[in-house]
Amino acid sequence: MTQVEALTHTADEMMAVAAARRLRNGTVCFVGIGLPSEAANLARATHAPECVLIYESGTIGAKPVHLPLSIGDSELAETADAVVSVPEIFGYWLQGGRIDVGFLGAAQIDRYGNLNSTVIGDYEHPKVRLPGAGGAPEIAAWCGETFVMLRHTPRAFVEQLDFRTTGGAGVTCVVTDLGVLEPRADGELELTELHPGVTVEQTLDATSWQLRVSPDLRRGAPPQAEELQALRALKPNDDLEGRP
Amino acid sequence: MAEIVPLADAVRELVHDGDAVALEGFTHLIPHAAGHEVIRQQRRELTLVRMTPDVIYDQLIGMGCARKLVFSWGGNPGVGSLHRLRDAVEHDWPEPLELEEHSHAGMAAAYSAGASGFPFGVVRGYKGTDLAERTRVAWISCPFTGEQVAAVPAIRPDVGIIHAQQADEAGNVQLWGISGVQKEVVLASSRSIVTVEEIVSRLEPRPGSVYLPGWAVTAVSEVPGGARPSYAHGYYARDNAFYVGWDEISRDRAGFQGWMARHVLEREASPA
Repeated sequence: MTQVEALTHTADEMMAVAAARRLRNGTVCFVGIGLPSEAANLARATHAPECVLIYESGTIGAKPVHLPLSIGDSELAETADAVVSVPEIFGYWLQGGRIDVGFLGAAQIDRYGNLNSTVIGDYEHPKVRLPGAGGAPEIAAWCGETFVMLRHTPRAFVEQLDFRTTGGAGVTCVVTDLGVLEPRADGELELTELHPGVTVEQTLDATSWQLRVSPDLRRGAPPQAEELQALRALKPNDDLEGRP
Repeated sequence: MAEIVPLADAVRELVHDGDAVALEGFTHLIPHAAGHEVIRQQRRELTLVRMTPDVIYDQLIGMGCARKLVFSWGGNPGVGSLHRLRDAVEHDWPEPLELEEHSHAGMAAAYSAGASGFPFGVVRGYKGTDLAERTRVAWISCPFTGEQVAAVPAIRPDVGIIHAQQADEAGNVQLWGISGVQKEVVLASSRSIVTVEEIVSRLEPRPGSVYLPGWAVTAVSEVPGGARPSYAHGYYARDNAFYVGWDEISRDRAGFQGWMARHVLEREASPA
């Protein structure tokens, strides 16, 4: 890939790159499927080869060459250092406090990083029934810190969650397709970084609450050729478009 | 000692209307063929238990087998919603579906407690979530340190159903690869059915495998390909294209029913 090609990238690619950059080499990371898995594998393929990826299917140290569609694809088991049972992964490893970073997605987030992945609308009569909690509540509670990834829209960044599936106390950053939010000392998220080409106004418009902007707002660097190349290599024959 | 019987007989004898039935397999080794047999035999009013209800539960729910779902994550992994599950919850079609939802950690602990004969499992979780009000959980203090933890009642299904790679002629079962909660669900259930890729004369012990002795299993049925479109490590790969395709197949009621008629109802149970 040439430098020129690398200049063209999608908002989702920028989001994956920005999230991947935040994972330090050697981090032990509990990875959700979809965007988090993409970012964590990108980190491993670039600056953080020693990252340990743990999937809730019980695969510890998975090293997939291509992105898995599900959390239990065979490539995860075949490349893992160990495969343990589900009670063990949630017991000894997660609640045992051995994981540095939990990496989650969600349908809704509020200003304190609380997450909803259960229902849109009333619980008894939901407008949209979402998949539910999965591993998220305990991942957020027992990993050292939690990274969240979701696309920045007013419907996702809400004043009031329809359901609090997961507490936000451990969230240390929220990476979106527009920028990065981090909690201030009082726990409220503020905008700390904008992706290239994105304006503050755009980000405020995409947030349903009055989003605070950090006085030290940074401008993120665009994806480097090496990052885009590695990201695209993770999904070479993307005939399974439709994955989120 | 496990009886080796055809799958249709195992389901007929062991799965009854109104039972709590748990089909487990965490992405890997999902017992699709057994689920299809439950659908063909038109079981009704089931309480379906499963950590990750996906395509096979979407089919069971859409075909009207279920009254209640006990689960922790219901979706088509990496693809999106389960349309039949959503239709049941959002529009009561084909039947209203009661939900009892947990987190993965809570449900794993509840299965482990069930397998151990404990009344409840313990989780360091559910704090600061709305889930606690919607699930069966109670706060207890550790009698030694006073730490507050969540107690979740043991899960003890009437029937536990799993798929494995191999059994021998005495009904001893061996499975390997991602093993989820399969051991726990068999040991937590009053009765169990294990479908296997093949029955071999002698099991070769594999390091890291899960072994279930025949005396801890009720019935074993040989069903080659019994996990498809899920996968069986060492036998065949996950049919990811099918999971993606299911999104369209299941989207509307008539399309779903037509597909089920052609691919499940009109097909005989596997021989063996």
